[in-house]
Amino acid sequence: MSGTEFGLAVSVFLACAVEAVEALTIVLAVGSTRSWRSAMSGVGAAIVVLAAIVAALGPALTSLPIDVLRLIVGGLLLIFGLQWLRKAILRSAGLKAKHDELETYEEEIEAARAAGVERPGLDGYSFTIAFKGVLLEGLEVAFIVLTFGANQHRVPLAAAAAGLAVLLVVAAGFAARGPLARAPENTMKFAVGGMLTSFGIFWGAEGAGASWPGSDAALLALVPGVLITSNAMAWAIRRSVARTPLAAEPTPGETSEPATLHA
Amino acid sequence: MTRARGILLGIWEFVVGDDWRAAIGVVLALGLTAIAAAANVSAWWIMPLAVLAILALSLRRAARGASRRG
Repeated sequence: MSGTEFGLAVSVFLACAVEAVEALTIVLAVGSTRSWRSAMSGVGAAIVVLAAIVAALGPALTSLPIDVLRLIVGGLLLIFGLQWLRKAILRSAGLKAKHDELETYEEEIEAARAAGVERPGLDGYSFTIAFKGVLLEGLEVAFIVLTFGANQHRVPLAAAAAGLAVLLVVAAGFAARGPLARAPENTMKFAVGGMLTSFGIFWGAEGAGASWPGSDAALLALVPGVLITSNAMAWAIRRSVARTPLAAEPTPGETSEPATLHA
Repeated sequence: MTRARGILLGIWEFVVGDDWRAAIGVVLALGLTAIAAAANVSAWWIMPLAVLAILALSLRRAARGASRRG
């Protein structure tokens, strides 16, 4: 496995683990409160839809000429990665509320109880909430699997890394018998945002016709460079916030406690 | 809202998110890199510098927004 392929696998694994933690919280809440069978049916249906998306779009992307593919994939990864990185930096700096799995879990349980009596057979509420939760969280992973995998012509490797992350998160959830509230989600999002941005810069520039000094080895400078610069930005914003306290805007399932820089 | 419009808006929101200026900046930086590469000028450094500037400006806008809310 080359260094680039290893980077691909790590990025997909981390991205998938983060999204799986969030999806697990929703499925656990609705399954334990209403119907495990219906919730798991929803999970299964969402996985089928996600697999179909990857199976349909993967070959279409890999059939593009390599420079066009790198330009498109690099640009998309960069735009997408900058979103992740920006949010992670703002959370790290205390300007954006952190995600709180326990709070989300309790809110989902309350909503499931308030949704009325469970119907015999397939419980529509459990199915729909689990389906939507897994599909929405999984779409980001499918996007990353497709873009990373297609660019390296290693969609199966990317899909395997994603599958491994899901298995580990589900196993950890069963072991903990609850949501994985202690998972360092922002650290993982910081790392994924940095990796997506770095690979986006690398492939986007190559697709546009630029040649990197050292070829693939340039990633060894690019990835740490992006992460160190992002940490420095978070540090600078935190200092600025400390001088002028600002109110973080809490959203449902999130806490307004100041975040800590992990990555 | 028609279904097609809803789907397009969903895709836009999914890929671009809440800072469209960053997406425009990425496209412009890729275009500049392509022009420099086509002119046989060393172009690899353009994207890292452009992304640094795009991220810093995006964070600055977000911090100012929070400052106004606070």
